Amino acid sequence: MSWLLVILGAAVGAPLRYLTDRAVQARHDSPLPWGTITVNTTASAVLGLVTGAVAAGAASTRVTLLVGTGLCGALSTYSTLSYEVLRLVESGRRRLAALTVAASLLAGVGAAAAGVALARALWG
Amino acid sequence: MTERPAPQRTPPARPGTPTDPEAVTDPGVSASPGTATDPGTATDPGAVADPGVATAATDPDVDLHLPAQRAELRTRPVPLLGAIAAGGALGACARYAAALAWPTPPGAFGWTTMAVNAVGCAAIGVLMALLAAGRLAHPLARPFLGTGILGGFTTFSTYAVGVEGLLDDGRPRAALAALALTPTVALAAVWAATAAIRRLLAPGRRRR
Repeated sequence: MSWLLVILGAAVGAPLRYLTDRAVQARHDSPLPWGTITVNTTASAVLGLVTGAVAAGAASTRVTLLVGTGLCGALSTYSTLSYEVLRLVESGRRRLAALTVAASLLAGVGAAAAGVALARALWG
Repeated sequence: MTERPAPQRTPPARPGTPTDPEAVTDPGVSASPGTATDPGTATDPGAVADPGVATAATDPDVDLHLPAQRAELRTRPVPLLGAIAAGGALGACARYAAALAWPTPPGAFGWTTMAVNAVGCAAIGVLMALLAAGRLAHPLARPFLGTGILGGFTTFSTYAVGVEGLLDDGRPRAALAALALTPTVALAAVWAATAAIRRLLAPGRRRR
């Protein structure tokens, strides 16, 4: 059952990352990987919400497996982010590469904190 | 995503620019030729022998600068999204298996997640170097292996929530260490793997 929940969540999360990245690229042609930053930030906020909900006793571990491990895990990515940063460095755009890393970390941790705070406000 | 101009199937008119017949004839791997934003490509003989720098996608998930990837959702949506979903499920299961094998105690730094991300980042370096060299020509190779398996295997959200948890526990130094360590290891992994595969592939290209 646990594995099925992870599979279901990831089977939605990975295509959602692909489609989101496409949609963002189609609207904003930028050297910064906004698509990847968008999915990573969104997934961090949702996982923060789920983690806070579980800590408050409002959600079960099944929700963690489906939405956390499966959906958010597959929606977010480190491999894509690191390769995009590598390509920025290789093309000589080191400041944009550093900006991508800094923006990803700040937005990701900030979104996670906002998700946890929202869960506490709702169920704490 | 890049600010490079739309890719061309034909080699650029610039004199002295290397022509890679594979990249030109294979729409799956064709990409921007050496551009003005990359002055090293046209003159550096090392870059000439290096297929990865000049012909690769920048975003492994999808790069709309490449015509083949721009068209793929319209021409074959079901196998494409199916391959991404199946790959994502496989990758997530591998990550879940690692989390079960090496569980992270509550409040501790997620070493397992960091190791998973490092392995996935090394693997994307290998995959993208192979794709750029035309070694994986199947149109679903990138969506299944890169967007699906490696995207599903690696995770950013667990890392971000883990750092937030350390901050929440009043451990700012541990949080800062975790925050900095993972991207450092991830970038070292993707850089080393990409460089290694490009070096391995470079001499072999002449024999084919």
